Amino acid sequence: MVTLGHYLIVSGLLFTIGFAGVLLRRNIIIIFMSLELMLNAANLSLVAFSRFRLTPAGIPDYNAQVFVFFIITVAAAEVAVGLAIIVALYRARQTTHVEDVNSLKF
Amino acid sequence: MPLFLFWIFSLVMLIFGAAVVINRNPIASALSLVVCFMGLSALFMSLDAFFIGIIQVLVYAGAVMVLFLFIIMLLDLRVEERRKLNLVAFAGGLAVGLIFFVQIYLVIGQLSAAKQPFPPLASPKMDDVHNVGALLFTNYNLPFQIIGVLVLVATIGVIVLSKRELR
Repeated sequence: MVTLGHYLIVSGLLFTIGFAGVLLRRNIIIIFMSLELMLNAANLSLVAFSRFRLTPAGIPDYNAQVFVFFIITVAAAEVAVGLAIIVALYRARQTTHVEDVNSLKF
Repeated sequence: MPLFLFWIFSLVMLIFGAAVVINRNPIASALSLVVCFMGLSALFMSLDAFFIGIIQVLVYAGAVMVLFLFIIMLLDLRVEERRKLNLVAFAGGLAVGLIFFVQIYLVIGQLSAAKQPFPPLASPKMDDVHNVGALLFTNYNLPFQIIGVLVLVATIGVIVLSKRELR
C-alpha cells in the first residue's frame, strides 16, 4: 500500500539531491539544473498532499494543483532570465565556473 | 497504484536526478534531467494529477530542457577539466545534505498522517483540467493575470540582457 509518507520521503530525497548539487558542483548551468530539481521536489509533495486531503465531494484539493501550476510558470520564466544572465556572463568572462567569478567576494 | 510501479518510477527519478549532479558532461546532465522529469510526471499521474503531469512533460521536458541544451551548445561547453577539488567544501556539502535529509526523515516519521494510505476518490472518472481551470479563472484570477505580466517582463528582460551592449 502506497502511503503519503512514501511520496514525502521520495520528495525529500529529490530535494536533497538538488541541494547537494547546488553545494557540490561548480558549473553554473549544473547548479541551475539542481535548482529545478529542488523546485520539482516541492511540487511533488504539494501534489501528494492535494491527493491525500480530499474535499467533502471526494475530489482532490485543487488549490494545491493551481499552486503547482504557478510554480511551474514562474520556474520557466526564471530559467529564461537565468540562462540569459549566464550567456551575458560568458560573453564578459568566457567562463561558467563559479570560482572564476569572484569580484564581489568579500 | 501498485507499490512496485511507485518504486520503479521513483527509482528512475532519483537515479537520473543523482546522475544530473554526478555527470561531468553538461549535455549528459541535461539529458538525465529529462528522464528524471519523465519519472516525476509519472508520479504526478499516479496521484491522479493528470493535468500537472502533462504540463510537466510539456514545459520542463519540452521547453526548459531545449533551452538548457541550446545554451550548452551555444556556449560550446566541453567536459569539465578536472580542477583541484576543495575537500573541505566537498565534505561540508555532503554532510549538510545528509543532515538535511535526516531531519526531513525524522519529521515525516513523527507525522501520523504519513502512515495512512490515500483515501479513495468519489468517482474514478473526474474532469481534472476542468477543475483546475475553473479554480484558475475564479478564485485565482488576479494571480493568473499577474503571472501573465511576469512572463511578459521576463521576455523583455531576456531580450535586453542578450543585447550585445547594454546602454
